[in-house]
Amino acid sequence: MLTILFDGIAYGMLLFILACGLSVTLGLMNFINLAHGAFAMAGGYVAVVVVNKLGVPFYAALPIAFLAPALLGALLERTIYRPVYARSHLDQVLFTIGLVFMSVAAIDYVAGSQQVFIQIPPSLEGRFEVFGIGIGRYRLLIIVVCGLLAAGLQYGLANTRFGSRLRAAVDDPRTASGMGINVNAVFGVTFALGSGLAGLGGALGAEILGLDPQFPLKFMIYFLIVVAMGGTSSVTGPFLAAILLGIGDVAGKYYMPKLGAFVIYTIMIVVLLWRPQGLFSRTTSR
Amino acid sequence: MSFALETIGVSMHFGGICASNNVSLQVQKGARHALIGPNGAGKTTLINLLTGVLRPSAGQILLEGRDITALAAHRRVGLGLVRTFQINQLFGELTPLETIGLAVSERMGAGGDWWRVAGSRGAVDRQIVEILERFHLVDVMQERTAILPYGKQRLLEIALAIACRPQVLLLDEPAAGVPEEERHEILATVAALPRDVTVLFIEHDMDLVFSFSDRISVLVNGALFTEGSPDEVSRDERVKAVYLGEDEVDD
Amino acid sequence: MSGAAMQDLTAQVAYHLARRARWRGLEYVFWAAALASVFFLPAKHLILNEIAILALFALSLDLLIGYAGIISLGHAAYFGFGAYAAGLIAKHGLIGEPVLALLVTGLVVALLGFITSFLVLRGSDLTRIMITLGFSLILREVANRFAGLTGGADGLQGVTMAPLLGQFTFDIGGHVAYMYSLTVLFVMFLVARRIVYSPFGLSLRAVQGNALRAAAIGIGVNWRLVAIYTIAAAYAGIAGALLTQSTQFCSLDVFSFERSADLFVVLVLGGVGYLYGGLVGAVLFKITQDWLAGLTPQYWQFWVGLTLVIIVLVGTERLSGWLRAIRRLAFKGQG
Repeated sequence: MLTILFDGIAYGMLLFILACGLSVTLGLMNFINLAHGAFAMAGGYVAVVVVNKLGVPFYAALPIAFLAPALLGALLERTIYRPVYARSHLDQVLFTIGLVFMSVAAIDYVAGSQQVFIQIPPSLEGRFEVFGIGIGRYRLLIIVVCGLLAAGLQYGLANTRFGSRLRAAVDDPRTASGMGINVNAVFGVTFALGSGLAGLGGALGAEILGLDPQFPLKFMIYFLIVVAMGGTSSVTGPFLAAILLGIGDVAGKYYMPKLGAFVIYTIMIVVLLWRPQGLFSRTTSR
Repeated sequence: MSFALETIGVSMHFGGICASNNVSLQVQKGARHALIGPNGAGKTTLINLLTGVLRPSAGQILLEGRDITALAAHRRVGLGLVRTFQINQLFGELTPLETIGLAVSERMGAGGDWWRVAGSRGAVDRQIVEILERFHLVDVMQERTAILPYGKQRLLEIALAIACRPQVLLLDEPAAGVPEEERHEILATVAALPRDVTVLFIEHDMDLVFSFSDRISVLVNGALFTEGSPDEVSRDERVKAVYLGEDEVDD
Repeated sequence: MSGAAMQDLTAQVAYHLARRARWRGLEYVFWAAALASVFFLPAKHLILNEIAILALFALSLDLLIGYAGIISLGHAAYFGFGAYAAGLIAKHGLIGEPVLALLVTGLVVALLGFITSFLVLRGSDLTRIMITLGFSLILREVANRFAGLTGGADGLQGVTMAPLLGQFTFDIGGHVAYMYSLTVLFVMFLVARRIVYSPFGLSLRAVQGNALRAAAIGIGVNWRLVAIYTIAAAYAGIAGALLTQSTQFCSLDVFSFERSADLFVVLVLGGVGYLYGGLVGAVLFKITQDWLAGLTPQYWQFWVGLTLVIIVLVGTERLSGWLRAIRRLAFKGQG
């Protein structure tokens, strides 16, 4: 029972790291980025290449899995994303689905369609027991890393200059730019950061979620659920939503394998109808 | 007797802000009733409550004595409560002809017809012609609304409301933003409305308010401040103070 | 104003209101070409059948996006439901005759569309996207789990179709299937055309343009959206049913996200909001797919993606501007 809880938390933490960038994209620019998962996949594949092919140690590969998608994100944001911000939601959906399809086919072409694995260090394999709870070493690492990142994000958002600018820009972009905040620059940096975190999540998650070219499509709905349920106005909202989703999904698959993902989707629809702005959202209307 | 339009203790809260505070307003049948007040007094909120865009937090709204508080916006139009918008809310991609056609079809119960080509009902078409004629829109009826001159759009905004054949017409700053030379056309149109149509209007131009209205209600901070004939209101020192106070802040 | 002048003006008003509904030259050409393909391209009837079905499906999405402004990422839900419903009806011999079965399927899917339409009435584009997407995934899960009824991941086997109208047996070359699908497409197109040029269709354009203002002139916005959503669902369901009837098989892939996404490509290729977009797009899409898939079968998706990205970056406005210029030459005055 508690083991499932533990696994669920690890899964949820992972989902949070994967999805938090998306919540900012949506909240700040009201931009529907269905291609967010492509950055996660990029991070995952980068990690696979540097660990398996180049023999870089697993821990050293994680920063690379963050940096590469972050740079990619920054580049794409400046070149092709920015013109689409002001477009209709229909255009945004078309555009980002297009990117997803391209990334799926490109990875398929380069790396093949089969699932890939990262060689994790032996020290992270296996489980140990504490008070009867089976604790997977690798999942513990995920909880620690993602927990630290989440705390760091929360701290950074609340206490740094950049954080306050970001919050101002999310609350009211027009006023923020009137106050001399360069909203575009803030957004560019945030987009890169979000892409990088997604990439890191993709690398960490390869072991648990599996990594293949279909990754952005398979998990798109999960990311969207996290953001839609958590709202876009804080870090804690998506965090709680991700943890709940993680526990719910793991428990659902364990206790009610017959129902599968059915429960998750149904809950999502009910929540969206009940509170269109998200479960943990401060704002009641927008 | 029942009033054309009446609110009983209507309040509206947004979070902690009280945009309408216990407003009880009576509009006589056939009245030319002005609603004035400084910026942020809650005039537009009140219009939104009356027309059903917003639901009041408390209170009742009566149209010809009938409780319409819970009625959907489009159903109130069917009962004869029609509004215009302060900033033109028109269908930019449609022509004035199609726009007026929409309102007339809807009123004559033909708006949901899905197995009939538009324009194939003579009775509807004749009413459309009548409205287009009356508001001097015939020569532009085939243009895209978005490219019409502002004055014409303003006229279409009012024509659209009239096409719904209102019993009670709510005009939200009918002459706002209209250039001086096109203004008289709008004002003449409003003045020429039949007497059995009750008019409740918001306006900032005080010359217009005092020349046109027979009753004035003053709204301050979401609450009814005072009410009376144009003479009474113009002599009221407190009303002057409210406006002067605003002038000091604004200017 | 004299009575004669008044009458003249009324006639003008009637004429101009009905202007959009009049048939234009290129429309005749389009359908003549479709009819010609029946006689002159018998070897292509299998792919033409697929094109006709895709065109009907895209027409359904056009009704939703182009005329009601509802973005649905899960329109495959109705397509898939129709496909399975038609398959089950045939497999269990509930209704033998395909045309009657098609009608019943359409009604059943319309009912599903009606019920679910209330889910998309409220909320932003994002909420709608997620709800429609979630709904299609739920239906896919259901079809997957109830394997006893649907065959699960193996697909629905053992569907055998009775002869069409009791006369024409579905053949391996797809000749009967294509004529059947094309006829259904044509009839459904006529109905859609009738609907969008009616006062109801005009009111949809008003609702899409400015829902608040539409309500303020007495238009019951929600009911109009429910109506068009129900109609669009029925169209998608009939397209799905045609697929099952003409291939005598259906699998979980009818619900897939890729199917909904491909549909966007089809519609955007042809242009949104003038009814022919889905039809023209379906022809372009399938022909390109056929050609490219011959070159690099598994990377077809890349080109689909690239097309979408380019279309958006160039701008649908600009593209539709070009299209409008072309169209104006033939479909005079429409746009």
